[in-house]
Amino acid sequence: MYRSQRLSLRYYAAAVTLFGVMIVFGLLSALYYLYPSLLFNVFNFSTSKIMHIDTLVIWLLMAFLGAVYWYLPKELGREVEGMWLAELTFWVFCAVVIVVAAVFIFVQYGPATDFTLWFINQGRKYVEAPRWATIGIVVVMLVFAYNVVATCVKAHRMTGIMWVLALDLIPLVLVYLDAFSYDRNMSTDLYWWWWLVHMWVESTWEVLIGCVMALVLMDVMGTSRRIVETWLYIEVMLVLGAGILGLGHHYFWIGTPQYWLSIGGFFSALEPLPLLGMVIHAVYDAGAHRLKTTNRPAFFWITTEAFLNFIGAGIWGFMMTLPQINLFTHGTQWTVSHGHFAFYGAYVCGVIAVFYVAKQKTSGAAYLDGKAWKWAYGLLNIGMVGMVMGLLLAGMAQAFFGRAIGGSTLMAFTTASENPWFVSGMYARMLFGLMFAAGYVALVYDLVTSPRRIATPALQPEPA
Amino acid sequence: MSSEIADTVRAGVGGDLADPVFWRAGAIATTAVMLVILAFLTIDSYRYISVGGLNVPKYDVINQHIGYEFNWSRHAAVPVIGGPEPLFGHKVTEAEAADLILKGKFVIQSRACMDCHTFFGNGAYYGPDLTKSWLDPAWPQIWMPMTGKTTREDAMVEFLMRPDKYPTWDRRMPNLRLTEAEAHAAVAYLKWLSAIDTNGFPANFGQAGK
Repeated sequence: MYRSQRLSLRYYAAAVTLFGVMIVFGLLSALYYLYPSLLFNVFNFSTSKIMHIDTLVIWLLMAFLGAVYWYLPKELGREVEGMWLAELTFWVFCAVVIVVAAVFIFVQYGPATDFTLWFINQGRKYVEAPRWATIGIVVVMLVFAYNVVATCVKAHRMTGIMWVLALDLIPLVLVYLDAFSYDRNMSTDLYWWWWLVHMWVESTWEVLIGCVMALVLMDVMGTSRRIVETWLYIEVMLVLGAGILGLGHHYFWIGTPQYWLSIGGFFSALEPLPLLGMVIHAVYDAGAHRLKTTNRPAFFWITTEAFLNFIGAGIWGFMMTLPQINLFTHGTQWTVSHGHFAFYGAYVCGVIAVFYVAKQKTSGAAYLDGKAWKWAYGLLNIGMVGMVMGLLLAGMAQAFFGRAIGGSTLMAFTTASENPWFVSGMYARMLFGLMFAAGYVALVYDLVTSPRRIATPALQPEPA
Repeated sequence: MSSEIADTVRAGVGGDLADPVFWRAGAIATTAVMLVILAFLTIDSYRYISVGGLNVPKYDVINQHIGYEFNWSRHAAVPVIGGPEPLFGHKVTEAEAADLILKGKFVIQSRACMDCHTFFGNGAYYGPDLTKSWLDPAWPQIWMPMTGKTTREDAMVEFLMRPDKYPTWDRRMPNLRLTEAEAHAAVAYLKWLSAIDTNGFPANFGQAGK
């Protein structure tokens, strides 16, 4: 095992831990909706929400870094360049996360000064981390970029996947620089904030996970490099072709000109296409080639990634992306429903597959299967779909009663939030959230226990 | 895909569809074209979203009356800037207004307003959207009588400084220890925000029952 693969295991461990922290604060955030007096004035909803969404971003980012450190030496046939720096930045990354989390939890907010923005809270959704921590994250990303590029250079070898990955690092770092921004004009502030949020989540991250999935497919299913690279290019073409101007669906209501309604509506309606392509790809690979696998959990999570990415990001996004509908759904629990489903389908499922690849390698199991991963798989998927449906129910009640009929005022918001559809949706979300948490426990249990020796390690054909 | 169809398509584009190089060229070209278009659209959008631009008013708009009415030619509700109505009854210069708004944004970020509320629909969804909150009928109807204040802005300041004292339902706003100056700045910010043309978002604001 390469040194960088040992680093990747550390990144996975940190990622799985933060995944758990995210779930804890997700459950707490859900609880406020049912018991609004909970921890009132002591630990408010906003802090819990910050912890929930920021750990989401960080644990996925850590898992991506881990996945790249895992496959980089395999792909280029040599140890990663600058490993000591990579190992050092891992600990820097962890220290930054711990200090920021402690400040969020114990200090929470500060006076309206520069000091607060530098050391306590920047108060911009997803990038609340204070500025000093933002510098730390930029350093981590730069070291990561150096590792990738320097290893390619030293190896005198470049594959198509590595080209895509290396070029993707440029926007990955560049758009993150908006995390430093302070702009008194909310319209221009949000204009660039969406470059960060959209270009990360709907473009550069999609390309990054595309690279990782390409590597996993070759590894787990034995798909040929030619097929995988062809699909990766098609995916990049469609993701960026639709996604760059699909940014326009965030420019409907922030003070931007009216033409964004048509441009954003049109291009974001095309955004499901690459995701549909991945579904076809997965079915084609799994079925037409009658592929055999030695890693059943990884195989199932990859296939699930393709389907749920299409449904969660593609269909759920399309459902509310046209401006005629978005006028009423934007900023309701409907958005939350899409957000949960999309992040889960696009990234979480893929990342879990990557964890299982590492598990097989470290445990030395020739054939990875068992009971525990099936429990995790079932509980996580059913839990997520249940949460998404509960939130959709609540969001529809808000869009209809709060927005379209009520006119979006405080009283309209209140009335919609007391509507039985909304309330039952919130209870459903809580219930399925607990189920999701149980799935997480099963996942961790399965990842850390060594696999049972299976009597017939012979390759078994997968059902199509 | 049957090989017959694949052959036809292949002949049509003049390349091998299974050849990664063909799609690599497509990916690079598509990305480049889209980025150039986005750059032009961004430059043009700045004519609208800069302060004093077509959609975003100057900061001293807080000296004026602000309304929100349906515009039939735009097919959307738009802000209507009316006659003088200075905030806190005190007319401010453009520079003073800009300072006040700067401070207001600091309040909004330091208290992480966006992690309970939304602005232009962006943020968290635990509290109501604040895009047009300056115009919310709850101020004259609920909070002015409740706080005993005679103007909308005084009621807003009192509420923002002690929100836990003036609940309207069981989901209350916590006390975030705003000073009086901070509350003033936040109110100024919300008034300015309500004057931004948001293509009709939120729809029908304050129109229920009218």
